[in-house]
Amino acid sequence: MTELEFEALRVFLKARSGLALSPDKRYLVESRLAPICTQFKIENLSRLIWEIKAGRSPALEKATIEAMTTNETFFFRDKTPFDLFQDVLLPRFIKERATSRRLRIWCAAASSGQEPYSLAMLLKEASARMPGWNIEIVATDISNEVLEKARAGLYNQFEVQRGLPIKLLVKYFTQKGDLWQISPEIRSMVDFRYLNLIEDFNRLGTFDIVYCRNVLIYFEAAMKANVLRRIAQIMPADGALVLGASETILGITDALTLDPAYRGLYAKAQYTGALPRSALAGSH
Amino acid sequence: MNYCLIVDDSRTIRKVSRDIVESLAFEVAEAENGAAGLASCRTRMPDVILLDWNMPVMDGYSFLKELRKTPGGEVPKVVFCTTENDLKNITQALEAGADEYIMKPFDKDILCAKFQSLGLLPEAFSV
Repeated sequence: MTELEFEALRVFLKARSGLALSPDKRYLVESRLAPICTQFKIENLSRLIWEIKAGRSPALEKATIEAMTTNETFFFRDKTPFDLFQDVLLPRFIKERATSRRLRIWCAAASSGQEPYSLAMLLKEASARMPGWNIEIVATDISNEVLEKARAGLYNQFEVQRGLPIKLLVKYFTQKGDLWQISPEIRSMVDFRYLNLIEDFNRLGTFDIVYCRNVLIYFEAAMKANVLRRIAQIMPADGALVLGASETILGITDALTLDPAYRGLYAKAQYTGALPRSALAGSH
Repeated sequence: MNYCLIVDDSRTIRKVSRDIVESLAFEVAEAENGAAGLASCRTRMPDVILLDWNMPVMDGYSFLKELRKTPGGEVPKVVFCTTENDLKNITQALEAGADEYIMKPFDKDILCAKFQSLGLLPEAFSV
């Protein structure tokens, strides 16, 4: 792959998915796209990039984007965002939506489903406090392949052991040979849909809580600002956005503000409602 | 420094586990069966125990039941670490008082995640 070909790939990925492929990630291209060459019977990487530039195969373009996307995830990843959901956001929205008893949650880069299923299990655990509630979890991703895996809810032994408390494994999973499958009840709580974040997502409706963790780090500042502004637009005035612990909006957008009490929690800029300050141990 | 007891009849497994646990900044002791593990606990109660299921002399399940009856034996976090990977065994272990359960084979990521969930490692700890 020549410099020009790498540049062509970079331009394509940025335009089509927002993914900013830095020069130091060149090593990733070969390992991730070699299987795509095999799948589409293309002799080498140079030819694959030429085919993409020619724009004749939407399926090849989609497979290339999917292959270059990072799908690292696991149940209850980083723990704090889930403590935040259980101890701060849920009590707050149970109170604030007591009349409508409706709650909509969006996992904006759901990958193979561990994040939305972690939230679904927490909601199930809290169901006694939310009788008769209409709760929707919409989980989106740019990769159809990982969405298929997410819908099946089947995970190997390593995947169920990374972050998932054993008591929840026993309660919500059944063994299928060497794999573990999450229960139909939890699966039915999550609606998995294909979505490219750089495209319009107004059609998804509004969301009280948005989890958009560890995806914007792959976007350049302008695209990051664009996505964050549009997320803010589909949140109600008291909506909550959760970003990854290492992510910041500082200097990127003024549509959202960081909650100083909780790392990774953001509100719409004009929202002045008080959050319970001591609900999450160790958050200060 | 947290103190971990590894109870397993396989020298190889003890060695591999010791390497991982020491890399997480734990002090480590070893025992080759449940009876030796109980003797070790009576001398010094660990913060966490990695426990195999099938062992000669005394198996992990019997060890755990005895440990929980021992003065101070309710304190250690007990993580079963075994090839007995079916739901029935896991349920039995939890009922006997296990805090977590690791299905072999496992790696450092899994052990680290389990220790974090048990409050034995800070969340920010990265492998």
